[in-house]
Amino acid sequence: MNVTTAVIGAGHAGLAASHFLTAASIDHVVLERGEVANSWRHERWDSLRLLTPNWLNRLPGSHYEGPDPDGYADMGEVVDFLERSAKDVPVRTGVTVTSVRRSAGGYTLTTDQGPVEARTVVIASGACNVASVPALAAAVPSSVEQVTPFGYRNPSRLPDGGVLVVGASATGVQLAAEIRRSGRPVVLSVGEHVRMPRVYEGRDVLWWMHNSGVWSQRYDEVDDLTRARRLPSPQLAGASTLDLNVLTALGVELVGRLSAIRDGAALFSGGLRNVAALADLKMNRLLDTFDQWAGTAPGERFAPTDVPGTARWRVDLGSGEIRSIVWATGFRPDYSWLDVPVVDPKGALTHDGGVLGDGLYALGLPVLRRRRSTFICGIEDDAREVVDHLRLHLAG
Amino acid sequence: MTNGVNVQALLDAREVLKGAPEAAQFTWRASSKWQHGVHSTTRIEKFFGLGQEQSHKSESVFEADHPAIFAAEDNGITPIEYLLVGLASCLTAGIASVAQNRGIKLNSVEASVEGGHDIRGILGADSDVRNGFNDIKVTFSIDADAPRADIEALVAQSQKRSAVFDALTNPTNVTVEVA
Ligand SMILES: Cc1cc2nc3c(=O)[nH]c(=O)nc-3n(C[C@H](O)[C@H](O)[C@H](O)COP(=O)(O)OP(=O)(O)OC[C@H]3O[C@@H](n4cnc5c(N)ncnc54)[C@H](O)[C@@H]3O)c2cc1C
Repeated sequence: MNVTTAVIGAGHAGLAASHFLTAASIDHVVLERGEVANSWRHERWDSLRLLTPNWLNRLPGSHYEGPDPDGYADMGEVVDFLERSAKDVPVRTGVTVTSVRRSAGGYTLTTDQGPVEARTVVIASGACNVASVPALAAAVPSSVEQVTPFGYRNPSRLPDGGVLVVGASATGVQLAAEIRRSGRPVVLSVGEHVRMPRVYEGRDVLWWMHNSGVWSQRYDEVDDLTRARRLPSPQLAGASTLDLNVLTALGVELVGRLSAIRDGAALFSGGLRNVAALADLKMNRLLDTFDQWAGTAPGERFAPTDVPGTARWRVDLGSGEIRSIVWATGFRPDYSWLDVPVVDPKGALTHDGGVLGDGLYALGLPVLRRRRSTFICGIEDDAREVVDHLRLHLAG
Repeated sequence: MTNGVNVQALLDAREVLKGAPEAAQFTWRASSKWQHGVHSTTRIEKFFGLGQEQSHKSESVFEADHPAIFAAEDNGITPIEYLLVGLASCLTAGIASVAQNRGIKLNSVEASVEGGHDIRGILGADSDVRNGFNDIKVTFSIDADAPRADIEALVAQSQKRSAVFDALTNPTNVTVEVA
């Protein structure tokens, strides 16, 4: 097959790219190894709802039209939404790209359904293909079951007994809460995290992020871009606040960042108080930014994170107290199929706002062109600008 | 505005070392000699870094002993108190650097550090008691031309980038052998 542009991946990023490619009359194909919205169908747990409200989840050419704009979609609703926006998109499902390499005319893609020659390529294969698990997991005793968010579906599939959830960003706080509600004792290992209230001054905190300009900040205006791109997801989940204080009230035990497993015991950092203080300070600074933007007097300020006076720094993994570990330690992309030297030693793409050079592009990465790039609502501007660049590249 | 920290040099070093991880490998060294009883003397002068041998301007000498209530001669502070020296000075240096970087003028920075220690551990009186500190509390009094929230942020950030805070709060592999 010969196309002007090959798009890899039919998540919202690939679909958005297609929207603008069509608008620019650039012939293209979207190659998807599974189905449209594959990640949302197969790589999420049962209870997951988006942390972005329905009204905010806009894609180019489609937005939420249902009865509950302030609600938070479940996975079925997300899949429906993406399918609707894929209506006129030239997607080839069930096509796995196994290699991309430079060719005389652009790029040769090898797929399990035959080769594709393309002048330009948009990588929209997702930023969260693999669960990142720290190397120290190898030292966990075999009596303790280990699961990543990709394997986790619901608490009933975990063994009875205590659960250590490692990581307190969006995934970790959500799983800790539901596992605790299933009656299991939960220990939550907390490193650096981003605390946010669900609602500030009567509006969803993401309404503020979206409208105040915080999320519009461009990648080339961010002070420390490397850091911004590695920022953990906010502690948000569906309809209500889910910060560490809420978890403590649910009976979740907080401990510091997991720093080693030694002699069958998990050792946690003694710096829990500081990561909580940092998160509180940053949250308050964010709320100050909202007030300044709104030109109003400071609104509600939330109670500081209540860190236990004596957080445990050692939990014996052999005692039977902990029967399973949930690694909520983040996700990373998989570029093992990419045979173009654009991946840095840490496994991230070397790109300038999604432009990799020589007609190669990426979409759907954290702070790709703006702070909101990670989210569904961030794709429209990014995809428009990236496809604009691609169009000019083709024009030569 | 200056707190006397050359932040530009630190920021430049950060950029350079990002691309040269080998040069970032430092080895800090100390050599100690037993004197008498529980008194020892430790000297520090040379270290390795930026790919070559380096040296302090001059050698520093530290006496360690135990107080009279431990039936010792008290020729110097106890070894565990040196950890407090390290922690206080590391956090203080961090505060000065972060303040410099954020344009905050410091008028005074004072810290009091308390380490809670149940000595039944080291005496072997109770095997459930650990040898080291049970907890450490650092209290900073800072006078600076900045609102309290900014000062709290300085203190929080200094912990985030502190070598000694990390070394005390996280486990480290330690090898002790006979030459
Ligand atoms: C747990 C979780 C919760 C999230 N919640 C929210 C939220 O509430 N709100 C929000 O706005 N964002 C959320 N996000 C962030 C983001 O919206 C999702 O990660 C989203 O799936 C990213 O879309 P994408 O199109 O970039 O990638 P994906 O949806 O991952 O799509 C990439 C597609 O590429 C395909 N693919 C990959 N490699 C190949 C290959 N070699 N050949 C062919 N096809 C390939 C995959 O099968 C997949 O379908 C969440 C992310 C995660 C992980």
